[in-house]
Amino acid sequence: MEALIPIIIILAKVIGITFVLTLPIIAYSVYAERRFAAIIQDRVGPNRTGIPLTIFGLKKDISFFGLLQPLADGLKFILKEDFVPSHVNKFFFWLAPALTMVPALVTLSVVPFGSSFFGEKLVIADVSVGPLMIFAVASLSVYGITIAGWASNNKYSFFGGVRSCAQMISYEIALGLSVIPVLMHFGDLNLSNIVAEQAKNGWLLLPLWGDEGLTTERLLLWFPMIISFFIFTISIFAETNRMPFDLPECETELVGGYHTEYSSMKFALFFLGEYAAMIVGSALIVTLFLGGWSIGFGADAWVIETCGNWAGLIHLGVFLVKLVAFILFFILIRWTVPRFRYDQLMKLGWVVFFELALINILITAVIMTWTEGNLSNFELGATIAGVSIFSIVMFYIAKSLEKMLASDAKKEA
Amino acid sequence: MPTILFYLFAILMIAGGICVVVMKNPVSSAMGMIGSFIGLAALLIGLNAYFVGTLQVLVYAGAIMVLFIFIIMLLDLKKEEGKEYGGSSVAASIIIPIIFILIMIPVLSAVNKDFTKLDGHALNAAAEKLDKNIPADSHIRKALTGSSDGSKNVDPNKATLPDVNLIGQKLFTEYNFPLQIVGVLLLVATIGCVTLSKKLHGDATDPDEDQRMAKTLAKSTDIPKVTITANAESSDKKA
Repeated sequence: MEALIPIIIILAKVIGITFVLTLPIIAYSVYAERRFAAIIQDRVGPNRTGIPLTIFGLKKDISFFGLLQPLADGLKFILKEDFVPSHVNKFFFWLAPALTMVPALVTLSVVPFGSSFFGEKLVIADVSVGPLMIFAVASLSVYGITIAGWASNNKYSFFGGVRSCAQMISYEIALGLSVIPVLMHFGDLNLSNIVAEQAKNGWLLLPLWGDEGLTTERLLLWFPMIISFFIFTISIFAETNRMPFDLPECETELVGGYHTEYSSMKFALFFLGEYAAMIVGSALIVTLFLGGWSIGFGADAWVIETCGNWAGLIHLGVFLVKLVAFILFFILIRWTVPRFRYDQLMKLGWVVFFELALINILITAVIMTWTEGNLSNFELGATIAGVSIFSIVMFYIAKSLEKMLASDAKKEA
Repeated sequence: MPTILFYLFAILMIAGGICVVVMKNPVSSAMGMIGSFIGLAALLIGLNAYFVGTLQVLVYAGAIMVLFIFIIMLLDLKKEEGKEYGGSSVAASIIIPIIFILIMIPVLSAVNKDFTKLDGHALNAAAEKLDKNIPADSHIRKALTGSSDGSKNVDPNKATLPDVNLIGQKLFTEYNFPLQIVGVLLLVATIGCVTLSKKLHGDATDPDEDQRMAKTLAKSTDIPKVTITANAESSDKKA
């Protein structure tokens, strides 16, 4: 019996966090997307679906502002005809939707949803390699869309799949590199510890409270962290195939992209997989940069003192508020920024973000060693001078090479 | 419980491996390989090697196999699927594994089977054997002893294996120089790849460049239809 208790606790966490908490958030973020889009475009949006009392002979339906819309959507998707075209590769055609949804939900296992609740941390797996685990599992979600495009045996689907594959590989690099300064600052790979540290000493983007307050080191580190946040957030947009980077399903060029051939619940799984990835991305941004479940401004210690074992629930609520705010930010961006062109997207990833993230790592390392006193002022000056001379020389060489190639091309023409 | 998981993932790994060999469709083979890698990663995590297991997924299943699939999907698979395998490939598929097993027998028989269970006491004992250069307030000592101040107050219940920190410590002290060399080597390889794949005369991916080149070509020669790019064709039709 005693051996069963840890298993029951883990099962309760898995069911509670994944199925009770996250799946409804996914369903309602679809509703939020539609309503929010309607507000932005000065429409009404889905506001009717409710309890149909008129069926039972009463005079009026109860609509709740259309809050039952996700239920109706789900029912519609299940009841629609599940059509499989004859020219597809059946096995992979069926496998692909699951491959987009499952990795997104698996990544939730290492995200800390709150502090401890009756001695149990509100995280499914408190592993020592949290962010790496998320990147590892998230990198598997490439296969869903790519395989869907290939198995559909359709040119438009295939283009969508290939685009998504190239896009996700490119932005994974920027994503991974942009998070290194953050991990260098915390010196830890456990997400629970990272959040606990932020609750004590101030969020990464708001280092204002804690024992030391705003020291010189933290003030100097603030700038690289803001750059990291900037690159990380935009890369998450590209990783989740959200607007302005939703080229794999670009309607104007590719009909429906990778899901052109999909119908009913299989299509819905792609749809929900996108939202699940968006929620995981928001959770990761909130956890790393915005203090995760911490209330902030030094209020966490007070809450844990006064509420005792129930503090975990308050922290869970705070985390969900931040998460929902970020989801709304994602939606706001989708309905305000136009789509990128494909070569612009690739250029942004490889030419701008990749280099910026690398430089950011260097800046963070220099600031950290200098403020810890391991680097004299002379060495600091020498480092800065050396790096700038090197960059100027490399820039000059690159430019002159470019000019040479251009004149060669002109001569041939 | 751990044994059940071990057999589950071992079966996943072996099934993936068999898929790689048996399947005629290259995409199926590649997907089998990914399954095998994930099984291997799970086995490594079962051995408390979280970092290595995660990297197995991140690097092999998540990055290298994506490139494999990317390339395979662009090939003509119908040709591949219709291929018949003759006696030589069957013979090779029997002989090579037998040689591999023959190599593995002496290796496995030389393994020291004197395992100790990786519990708190073993970790505390390992903390005493650590390199003296590692300071008392480092993550490694804190995690291995399970106390907040390193060497004092040893607590077997709180001890954890700091595998990431241990790998980092080894890599950046003992193997620092080889690490730097590997970094330079990778950089050289990357630059080489970019140089080889870059077209030297005119950038074909730039649409403006294409149009300009097509126009200059159309002007300079009297050929009525220049079939360099789609852009060139359409501009000719208009003319």
